[in-house]
Amino acid sequence: MFGGHNQKHLKAAHDMLAIAVYPLHVIANLPLQISNWTAELFSTKSQLRDENEKLKRDMLLLRAQLQKFAALENENIRLRDLLDSSLKVKDRVLIAELISIDLDPYVHQFLINKGGSSGVFEGQPVLDANAVMGQVTHVTPYTATVLMITDARHSLPVQILRTGQRAIAVGTGDINRLNVPHLPNNTDIQAGDLLVTSGLGGRFPPGYPVATITEARRVEGKAFIDIVATPNAQLNHTREVLLAWTVTAAVQPEEAPEETAIEAPENDPDEPPVTPITEDQ
Amino acid sequence: MSSGRKQGMFIILLTFILSLIITLIPLPDLVRPFRPPWYTLVLIYWAMAHPEKVGVGFAWMLGLIVDVMTESLPGQHALTLTLVAYIVVKMHTQIRVFPLWQQSVAVMMLLFLEPLIATWAMGISRQPAPPSLYWTTPIIGMLLWPWIFIILRNVRQKFQVR
Repeated sequence: MFGGHNQKHLKAAHDMLAIAVYPLHVIANLPLQISNWTAELFSTKSQLRDENEKLKRDMLLLRAQLQKFAALENENIRLRDLLDSSLKVKDRVLIAELISIDLDPYVHQFLINKGGSSGVFEGQPVLDANAVMGQVTHVTPYTATVLMITDARHSLPVQILRTGQRAIAVGTGDINRLNVPHLPNNTDIQAGDLLVTSGLGGRFPPGYPVATITEARRVEGKAFIDIVATPNAQLNHTREVLLAWTVTAAVQPEEAPEETAIEAPENDPDEPPVTPITEDQ
Repeated sequence: MSSGRKQGMFIILLTFILSLIITLIPLPDLVRPFRPPWYTLVLIYWAMAHPEKVGVGFAWMLGLIVDVMTESLPGQHALTLTLVAYIVVKMHTQIRVFPLWQQSVAVMMLLFLEPLIATWAMGISRQPAPPSLYWTTPIIGMLLWPWIFIILRNVRQKFQVR
């Protein structure tokens, strides 16, 4: 009865049903969309002006940071070239919106409004503005299901940014909590350390922030440290998420960094330099 | 006669679709754990009123749709709803003549099957046990049953579902 859990032979039936229930999802999403739409309709001119100003300020700040980042990135690529080591450097991302419906309340997952028709694939990393959120587990033509990093079935290879120590961040089923098991007692780790993706395992591109260590308790007589981390992504509040494709340096077209940052799905039909991640990883 | 029967099935399907949609509509975090299993309540009503139309096979299909719709473990709701439908169809002549409060209690018993099997499924797929609030939904369902019953009975009489 529970056989189809993570096997492939029931996938066709599941996909068919998923397409059949898509209208239900759309209808259930309508009330919120209508309320958002009316809120936009009745927002005053001054509100819009304020928001516009704030966005402009934010953009200026981000652009300034990006300048520095571009220079650093170039330097990094040059140094790596000198070392003759190849690295996946740039990522292509696509913005998707959450379909706000309630799924099974005890599985940490959500539905997004982009699917196979936009090139979304199973195992694809999903980010928000701050950090990694999770990965795609199911793809239908117009929707995809994302499993969050806090789900109890999810584990993510990470690295402590400060020391480079590798570890695994395991979901707990609590939306604000990740466990980092099996780090020996003498590991250099403390509260406030940032965990970033290590890129091992091949699913997530390396270097994205994941979580911040909130507690590292050394218990005498136990072999491992009790480590608790809080995800940096706003898993509960985000309306929009980013789907990431890792683009290898070799096939990366020459272009300015700000153009690679965000692209709509419509204007890149001829760009599948996507590295599909194989199932067996 | 046959068109009337078709219309009856259409009304039944419509009530199920409505129950699925209100299951999906997002609720505030505070009340989210108390969401009653609308589709189970509707299933119990129709399996009781028209066991020849809404039986075990129907419940199984409905369960699969709920599984896919809420992205829960495939087969989990299919199994529970099949069991519920089986018991209701088996006992529909008795449940029908219960007074409403007694029916509500019977419904609560049936609704307990769902979290029971769900926690079992969670155990198999190694998810942590849900919080104790999880077990309140059958009681909410019991409190809602009289209204569901009256509304659906009115629907049935109005549209002459036979």
